[in-house]
Amino acid sequence: MSTTTPNGFTLDGAGRRVVVDPITRIEGHLRIEVNVDEKNVIRNAVSTGTMWRGLEVILKGRDPRDAWAFTERICGVCTGVHALASVRSVEDALGVTIPAQANTIRNILSLALYVQDHLVHFYHLHALDWVDVVSGLKADPKATSELAQTVSPRWPKSSPGYFKDLQTRLKKFVDSGQLGPFRNGYWGHPAYKLPPEANLMATAHYLEALDFQKEIVKIQTVFGGKNPHPNWLVGGVPCSLSIDGAGGVGAINMERLNLVTSIIDQSVDFIEQVYIPDLLAVASFYKDWASLGGGLASKSLLSYGEFPQIAGDDSNKSLLLPRGAIIDGKLSELHEVDLKAQDQVQEFVTHSWFKYADETKGLHPFDGVTEPHFAVGPNTKGDPKKKLEAIDESAKYSWVKAPRWKGHAMEVGPLARMVIAYMAGNTQVKELVDGALKKLDVPITALFSTLGRTAARGLECQWAAHQLRAEHHKLIAGLKAGDSSTANVEKWDPKHWPKKCQGVGYMEAPRGALGHWIVIEDGKIQSYQAVVPTTWNGSPRDAAGKIGAYEASLLDTPMADPKQPLEILRTIHSFDPCLACAAHVVGPDDEEVTRVTVT
Amino acid sequence: MARVETFYEVLRRHGVSRRSFVQFCSLTAASLGLKPAFAEELAQAMQVKPRIPVLWLHGLECTCCSESFIRSAHPLAKDVVLSLISLDYDDTIMAAAGEQAEQCLEDVRREYKGKYLLCVEGNAPLADDGVYCITGGRPFVEQLKDYAADAMAVVSWGSCASWGCVQAAKPNPTHAVPVHEIVRDKPVIKVPGCPPIAEVMTGVISYILTFDRLPELDRQGRPKMFYGQRIHDKCYRRGHFDAGQFVEAWDDDGARQGWCLYKLGCRGPTTYNACSTVRWNDGVSFPIQSGHGCIGCSEKDFWDNGPFYERLANVNLFGAEANADGWAKGAAAVVGAGMAVHAGISAVVRLRDKERHDTHLPPKGGTP
Repeated sequence: MSTTTPNGFTLDGAGRRVVVDPITRIEGHLRIEVNVDEKNVIRNAVSTGTMWRGLEVILKGRDPRDAWAFTERICGVCTGVHALASVRSVEDALGVTIPAQANTIRNILSLALYVQDHLVHFYHLHALDWVDVVSGLKADPKATSELAQTVSPRWPKSSPGYFKDLQTRLKKFVDSGQLGPFRNGYWGHPAYKLPPEANLMATAHYLEALDFQKEIVKIQTVFGGKNPHPNWLVGGVPCSLSIDGAGGVGAINMERLNLVTSIIDQSVDFIEQVYIPDLLAVASFYKDWASLGGGLASKSLLSYGEFPQIAGDDSNKSLLLPRGAIIDGKLSELHEVDLKAQDQVQEFVTHSWFKYADETKGLHPFDGVTEPHFAVGPNTKGDPKKKLEAIDESAKYSWVKAPRWKGHAMEVGPLARMVIAYMAGNTQVKELVDGALKKLDVPITALFSTLGRTAARGLECQWAAHQLRAEHHKLIAGLKAGDSSTANVEKWDPKHWPKKCQGVGYMEAPRGALGHWIVIEDGKIQSYQAVVPTTWNGSPRDAAGKIGAYEASLLDTPMADPKQPLEILRTIHSFDPCLACAAHVVGPDDEEVTRVTVT
Repeated sequence: MARVETFYEVLRRHGVSRRSFVQFCSLTAASLGLKPAFAEELAQAMQVKPRIPVLWLHGLECTCCSESFIRSAHPLAKDVVLSLISLDYDDTIMAAAGEQAEQCLEDVRREYKGKYLLCVEGNAPLADDGVYCITGGRPFVEQLKDYAADAMAVVSWGSCASWGCVQAAKPNPTHAVPVHEIVRDKPVIKVPGCPPIAEVMTGVISYILTFDRLPELDRQGRPKMFYGQRIHDKCYRRGHFDAGQFVEAWDDDGARQGWCLYKLGCRGPTTYNACSTVRWNDGVSFPIQSGHGCIGCSEKDFWDNGPFYERLANVNLFGAEANADGWAKGAAAVVGAGMAVHAGISAVVRLRDKERHDTHLPPKGGTP
């Protein structure tokens, strides 16, 4: 029996149930279940987050200036994003404006992450959905070289010998029978469409990207001391700038600035000579995926905006990527987003393993409650404490809450940001998006798909690499003008704080809109709540039955062989899931974690 | 079971020349602080040893350990994963998912019973029968127990697996516990840090492969070579500490001159890690060098020893030398006799012992 959800999707759970658990090549633990009809087309989809760490419970009563370090550990893949949202929330609550140079350095840290994270996602978390490594054994190295030189004339590693050598090594590796991370992959699956030469080229770049990504993060190490998990500071950044005088070796000096310049140059090259050409080459063989996997993408998109050009100003005149929401598929109408408005961001737990007094209603994060309550429905098959066979989505079925914006389920992430920036008239973004669409010869509606999501991430990576250079130039220009202040310490001491205050920290993480809501009382954290990108995208159903982005995107996709769930991986990976991020929350009334029961 | 390739065969298969292989051995010997003659013994040992299958499990964590691991510059993560070990299960990077992924675990356990290394990132929540972390349809704690049972040894990556880390900070709502509280009958090597330094992670793995045994551990189960000294002991700002030159406020003159961060809460004096020597991301920097105090992320319960910006009490200004040696007593007994998995190891051990013995001799003729 099929039903139609209030957000316009038809679900039919009658057919065969297919379970994929664990979803690999993501951060954290995610389970996907789908029902396929007799033609193996997906007619129902269920997204279950299977981990909860309770970080916000842990934050209660602690020093707000420490919160960045705790929340940074929500995620080590998109490292730093929670730290930035956290320091912004505290600064918002206390009324602290950071120095201009600190703002620039924060932008540099975040942009470096965008570049590295998107690159790693494409090659190491997503590429194997499209690239059949084993097929590369059949490639003609000379033809591979010609292909590489055609798509990327300036990249030096493209000789026939280079590919011949790789192929020889690959052959010995495969022949050994010890495939390591490639063990038991879907090699030879009919959904793989690349010719052997493209597979071999992409495999070469998989390895090159693995070597190169570690260079990009050195930018975070320069300013933050380490990566993953660089250091941040309420009021600015912890590093000092000192280009003159004694002691420059204890601060950001000319040598450090040069190191950053050099990494940025290499990053722009790698993105433009390897990532983007590969992306377009791969996409040209998978154009059918430009009409699959759309889900919420053509309907509801949300971005909090990012990269303020004026310290402390989060209005759209300051943000490079704008803040806004698109709903009901009306692309040209950009709605204002207010993170403090009670009726905008709300979370529901009707189908989540948490308990509210009234689960028909959502709660704004300032009033959020997190009371874990593990209970599975009567139609569950198996026992989740021993071996879960199939979840019952009519009851509670995920550790992820269901956030809604003015009641709408929203998609967040690079696609949302690129579309919103495009519609807001950002010329750089428009140029990149139009260029890619033209090269692939597809209409703009192709963006609202699995392929569109993956392409948007690549284009954003290219944009970010250039913006990284611009921000670095700005830092140097500031130094030229004599501005070397990196911290505002006026309100560092809690004796300058009000008795009670609250604030919001926004951040556009690589995976999408992220918000931290903090309430401070008597110098301590009284309540803390994070609503994160994967909470939006991986959301279960809400009280009204509206489905979230993952679930919507899987519908109507045909599977070649449900036992080999490559199509599910393609679409889920196009979101770049981060389940550790989907951890939750404590509200002001929450006292302690309650017992969990299985009904 | 298919014949397992030796380390040398793998390197050769990956196109590494004999010459480069010898060079690799020299560098490895040098980086472990051994004399050049040792390189030959190392080369000999590596030519007769197999690749060790590795299963890398993920519990409650943030994946920062995996991210750190792939940053390794020497050896490159690529070479570790494709050439040095056989990474047969790691849900963060493996191609297979769902049933196909679970099958990898089962196959390796069956084929390499007692011969694979279990690496664990994150930890297991025990509250409510483990429902706060479910993977493959069952609690992670069950997966951990299962695959530890047939492992040769266990590596606890990072502070989550080693101590509990952030989810185990008070009030530890999910009752997350470190690996050694679940796995009690196997050697467990703790490699703490949030995350650990990349080259420390790959250094521990290559040590095990190279010497066919666990590194020497301190009483808490950490490799002494990387966790034997405090960050403060080797901090490049130590001179300012001793001179009483402290950063008093963020971005003050002292900060711009790189003075000591002790008064802003630096945990360097109580933190055992290699940050001030190996440094981070191919030696680019470490927290103190970039202006922020150490938060002690490799220490047990560091989250509850805050607030981070409150200065440590009771730090001896001079002569605080009650160091890792105190911790280390009895560590050898913890390591135990069990790790020599291959017969060809004796030469390596002999030489290693000789090296150790040599370091205890007084310097000859004044030259080191």
